[in-house]
Amino acid sequence: MTTTTAEAPTRRDTGDLLFRTLTGGWIFLLLIVLLSIFLVLRPEQFGSAYNVQQLTINAAIFLVLAVGQTYVIISAGIDLSVGSVLVFSSVVSSKLMLYLAGDGGTSFGTTDAGWGIILVGVAAAVLAGMAWGLLNGFLIAVARIPALIVTLGTMGMALGGAQILSDGVDVRAMPERLVNDIGAGSIAGIPVLVLIAALCVVVAGIVLHKTRYGLQVFAVGSHIEAARRSGIAVNRRLISVYALSGAMAGIAAVMANARFGTTTINGHVMDNLTTISAVVLGGTSLFGGAGSVFGTVVGVFIPIILLNGFVIMGIPPFWQTVAMGAVLILAVWVDQLKRRLRKRG
Amino acid sequence: MTTPLLEATDIHRTFGHVQALRGANFSVMPNEIVALIGDNGAGKSTLVKILSGADRPDTGSIRVAGETMHFGSPYDAQQAGIATVFQDLALAPDLPPAENLFLGRELVRPGFAGRLGFLDRRAMRERAAEQFQRLGVHLKSDRVAIETLSGGQRQSVAIARAAMWAQRVIILDEPTAALGVVQTQRVLDLAKRVRDQGISVVLISHNMPQVLDVADRVQVLRLGQTVANLDASSASVDDLVREMTSGTAEEAA
Ligand SMILES: Nc1ncnc2c1ncn2[C@@H]1O[C@H](COP(=O)(O)OP(=O)(O)OP(=O)(O)O)[C@@H](O)[C@H]1O
Ligand SMILES: [Mg+2]
Repeated sequence: MTTTTAEAPTRRDTGDLLFRTLTGGWIFLLLIVLLSIFLVLRPEQFGSAYNVQQLTINAAIFLVLAVGQTYVIISAGIDLSVGSVLVFSSVVSSKLMLYLAGDGGTSFGTTDAGWGIILVGVAAAVLAGMAWGLLNGFLIAVARIPALIVTLGTMGMALGGAQILSDGVDVRAMPERLVNDIGAGSIAGIPVLVLIAALCVVVAGIVLHKTRYGLQVFAVGSHIEAARRSGIAVNRRLISVYALSGAMAGIAAVMANARFGTTTINGHVMDNLTTISAVVLGGTSLFGGAGSVFGTVVGVFIPIILLNGFVIMGIPPFWQTVAMGAVLILAVWVDQLKRRLRKRG
Repeated sequence: MTTPLLEATDIHRTFGHVQALRGANFSVMPNEIVALIGDNGAGKSTLVKILSGADRPDTGSIRVAGETMHFGSPYDAQQAGIATVFQDLALAPDLPPAENLFLGRELVRPGFAGRLGFLDRRAMRERAAEQFQRLGVHLKSDRVAIETLSGGQRQSVAIARAAMWAQRVIILDEPTAALGVVQTQRVLDLAKRVRDQGISVVLISHNMPQVLDVADRVQVLRLGQTVANLDASSASVDDLVREMTSGTAEEAA
């Protein structure tokens, strides 16, 4: 009755791959093209070990934030609060470490706090970030307030909270071990900050793309009602992605403290838009249900490499801002073309 | 006489001052396709929502294989072996067919990796392919998002999914309303195959020739009441239309 559908896996897979490269992978190609151009034009400066190290260190904090944002956007949400949550977590963490080190009054320099205290500081940052994320998730999933509004609200609240805790003045005293061994340290020639970011990216990528939890995040973002009716715990999934994004902001807070040796209260106003554009640039749909962590990594590196290349080439860095805006619009346009094309096919 | 797989007796449901159902009866026997027909507003969708756990009756009873049931949610109905394909299909448009078939019931790998929640996509694809083959559903690729499929194919995936998890009955609310001739025929063939696999099908349709072609039995609702229960092989389109528009239940009641 039913004929066995003869499979031609190899041909179909290459066709599939070609389709995905042409549609989804174009931004990856853009990255390769940019790298090649700069490498050909200025091989010594652009390709130097030092430059590569600086590039990856610059990317590290954004990578961690953007990975959390990827989960949120795939679930058809948005998290505008990441930068403020980072600031809040960094203030809480650094204040706590100062207090534990018995140097509550120190206003700059370094403390000789041990790894135990640093560990407590890390935990505090992650928990504080996660707490904001849980609040976001609860308001979005249970109280059903739009994500844009909720995270806009908590963006203000977290930044204000950080300023209240710190009187608006950056905490400039950090544990020396944190700054030296994590902020400036490296293992086997790779900066520790980059290793942390890589670990976050790999784990988050595996969980999103290989586990049942990850697939359910996609399902929730693709069609929330379908997910709910098929028995997926939609609210728990939603709350968890915002909690994850908050926790990632907490990790990023520790990385920022370690890198700069101070909190950076006024330095993260644009983090939300930077990460959102990286995620979208990486092919994750703003409508939810489709995207990848790998794409986000590419999306984080494009503006950084563009800026770096422009600086090395002597092009005024302002052009990077212009170029980035154009690339972002292009990315969303391609995404929509792709969707229209798929729907017709 | 065999016990019906699914039996609803004297169902009443009122919305404000609208009496959507006022004494509806409905039964599904093993291995049959039952059509549920009625004019617009007769109460078909309301009855289906009650049978699928999405709504609760004011009074009346539901029995599954002779056992009285109170469905609190569609999930309860699914547990009892009854799955419904509503018109919005409830598929995740961005995910491939296999992932949709296993939505909420994803397969994980055996052993430790499984306990960590690692998916067994290969097993999901294989079992999905088996299910599609069993039901004669042909898809060009098993990797592409559902939204790239045609309306009929999406409908087929939704039905295949319902048939995969419902042990007893699947309910289709106007499955062919938005489809062309060829795709309509495919979906009806699919309904027959589902029945031949041992799962009964409830079909809601406004298309009378189609109903007579595919159904074994036809139950007619009029103004919230069941007015006829006909053998499809001996009924004509005229019979159905007469029952829908001028049934005699009110005099009989
Ligand atoms: N949630 C509701 N609130 C108020 N009235 C409702 C509700 N659901 C159904 N009704 C009413 O109940 C009656 C039966 O509606 P129902 O949708 O069950 O009819 P139907 O037989 O499915 O019609 P159609 O063929 O148009 O789909 C209608 O008068 C409708 O307006
Ligand atoms: Mg209806």
